[in-house]
Amino acid sequence: MPALPYPVARLLDAALVGELTVVGRDGRPITYPMTPVLWSERIYLTSSALDSTKIAHIKANPRTSFSITQTGATGSVGGRVTIQCDARVSEDDLHEDWERLIPAWSKKDPSVRAMIGSRLAFPLLSERILIELTPRKTWYWPDGDTQKPPQATVAAEVAR
Amino acid sequence: MSPSLRLPGVRSRHSNGADPAAEAVSAADASPAAEAVSAADASHAAEATSAPLLEPGEAPGTQPEQGSDPRAERAPEPEPPRPTPTPDAVRVAAAAGFSPVDLEASTRPRARRRQPVGEARADGGVPIAEDGEALAGRLRGLTAVEDALARLVAFDDVVLSWIAEDGYPMNVAVRAEVAPQDDTIRFDGPAGFQIHGRHVAVTGTHVRPLPDGGFDERSHVTVWGRVTARPRGRFVLHPDRAWIWDDAELPLPAAYERRLPKARRYFEELSRERGYRVRPRMDPRQLLFRATRAPFLSATWVPVLVGLAIAAQEGHFDPATAFLTVVAASSVHLGLNAANDVFDTLAGADDANETPTRFSGGSRVIQNALISVGQMSALALACYGVAVALGLVLFALRGSFALAGLAALGVAISVGYTMPPAKLVYRGLGEVATAVGFGPVMLLGAYVVQSGGSVSPGAVVASLPIGLLVAMILYVNEIPDRAGDAGVGKRTLPVRLGKREVVLGFDAAVASAFAVVGLGAVAGTLPLSCLLALMAIPLSLEVHRGLVRDYENPYALTHTMALNIRLHFTVGVLLWFGYVAAITDQTLLHLRPFVG
Repeated sequence: MPALPYPVARLLDAALVGELTVVGRDGRPITYPMTPVLWSERIYLTSSALDSTKIAHIKANPRTSFSITQTGATGSVGGRVTIQCDARVSEDDLHEDWERLIPAWSKKDPSVRAMIGSRLAFPLLSERILIELTPRKTWYWPDGDTQKPPQATVAAEVAR
Repeated sequence: MSPSLRLPGVRSRHSNGADPAAEAVSAADASPAAEAVSAADASHAAEATSAPLLEPGEAPGTQPEQGSDPRAERAPEPEPPRPTPTPDAVRVAAAAGFSPVDLEASTRPRARRRQPVGEARADGGVPIAEDGEALAGRLRGLTAVEDALARLVAFDDVVLSWIAEDGYPMNVAVRAEVAPQDDTIRFDGPAGFQIHGRHVAVTGTHVRPLPDGGFDERSHVTVWGRVTARPRGRFVLHPDRAWIWDDAELPLPAAYERRLPKARRYFEELSRERGYRVRPRMDPRQLLFRATRAPFLSATWVPVLVGLAIAAQEGHFDPATAFLTVVAASSVHLGLNAANDVFDTLAGADDANETPTRFSGGSRVIQNALISVGQMSALALACYGVAVALGLVLFALRGSFALAGLAALGVAISVGYTMPPAKLVYRGLGEVATAVGFGPVMLLGAYVVQSGGSVSPGAVVASLPIGLLVAMILYVNEIPDRAGDAGVGKRTLPVRLGKREVVLGFDAAVASAFAVVGLGAVAGTLPLSCLLALMAIPLSLEVHRGLVRDYENPYALTHTMALNIRLHFTVGVLLWFGYVAAITDQTLLHLRPFVG
């Protein structure tokens, strides 16, 4: 299991979507809805070259947070979580690098495979930057009620 | 389609027509939008194409000057034409390779968004966020902040984001209420976090999970502002900036095109960082196929093969030179396509075109950063080089003054089509140039290679309907490009004329083509068997109906453009069969005058 509390890992596995918040140029937070893939103890997201602004923000400031707040998009798994992360972008091979996520991603969203099929018509949809999030701290609300104090965890402590 | 999931925290009053969010939704219904679109003229669209891409948090017009009233900074503006989603667009764009889920999302009637919202929103499948221009609000004369607040009414649970003391951003779901009376958002602060006095973002996101996996109906609304504390743990946010994205208001193909300049900038920046050129990749064969627009070769093969058939029917046919003729003519056509992309890119026409389809707007390989202008120029020169070399071989083998004249005319038309100083297509002569080049020049050129220089009346007459119909391919394909073309001074006929005149022009050209075939056959200039070509008349009527129905909708018109290409191909093939029947009769059946 990754260096994350088990319920948090379950939520990440189940979540169709979550929200990535980055620090914008002007210091304000900017939130992007994205599909998370939990793999090898890290959270992976992808962004096409068409939507590369978030990549510029992450390169300028890798501090991010990722939350799962939409209780309807996590199937039968309940709860909410916010994960403070350090982000890293991988731009070595925009064409193929991200494709290793396809097996896990397509389980959540089968249309991903159709996107690859449309490469001739929309080539840049399939040129994607990989975003790797390394969790630092988590705040978990088992019943999803953020008015109650969360269960806070430092991710590295779980790993120990 | 599956019903939207009704989730905890989603209000049940969304279907109430009195609900402010429902009002906003109904204002964004496709029909009123379509009316607004059709009322706007092409020049508005050209202005729209030059608008910079919008980003969350930096959308022009949504960031008021310091101290100004954010609601007053954005007056209602004339709305540029936008592609109007129709159910047809789903089918048509699906044929272009879109994922069904995304097509459905991008073409869905806006009114369906009255279903419960508030579950989630993602850009995982096909991410098309980062464009904050909301059509619905602008049509209603709302500021971006007002529009965003009207949409946020639909959400009970939103994501509150801020920058924490340690410099990391935080985002937590909170229950929020929009207070329309003072344009604020009120919410309970999340337990254990200090947010008083901070700049925060409040984001409402939505997708509709689908039963077989994935999601559709993506939308995303964010407002920014400083938060202040109220008694009993409540907070209030006065938004000063907003950002809105809704799939339903901009079809995916248009959203894709809008993002291309940003994507090119990204690749340029990445190339600078890396110190070497970074480009998107495509299989070289697919790239060549797309760059040369090879499927359009039917426009060349039809006149050449008919010309060869006429020559054969008249007793002149040499397989080797016939083959070389087909290859040479194809090379000219591919070179023309590549050169056309180069000059349209240099003129800005292809960049200005936000609604290209698979039949119009060029190959887009330069716009997609797949190859450079220089590489495309080299491709055009290579194609022309092959054509010239083969032309010289043909001239050496079957040279004649007629062939020289036709070749010179063909080269002049091909080069002058988009290249300065002639720029025929920019002067409204593109249709005429195409009719001549892909009609008489191609057909008679193929014919005289075989005949050794003589020209028969039958060949001249047969070239006319083919020329007219191939010009109609260009003519119809220019309809969705007219906004971008107008913006760069490309005065094509659809730019100069209104819908009624354009449709009338099509009808007249097609009727003339069929009339030439009929009269030519009756007069004995063409074999009677060429009357087979009249079987394509129902297809032409279908194209007419498609033009009338889908004139304003580029994506729906794609189907009509395909039919129109099929019309040219069908008439050409039937004429060719007419000549093959005549040849068969001459050599085997001797049924003249019934077919020959």
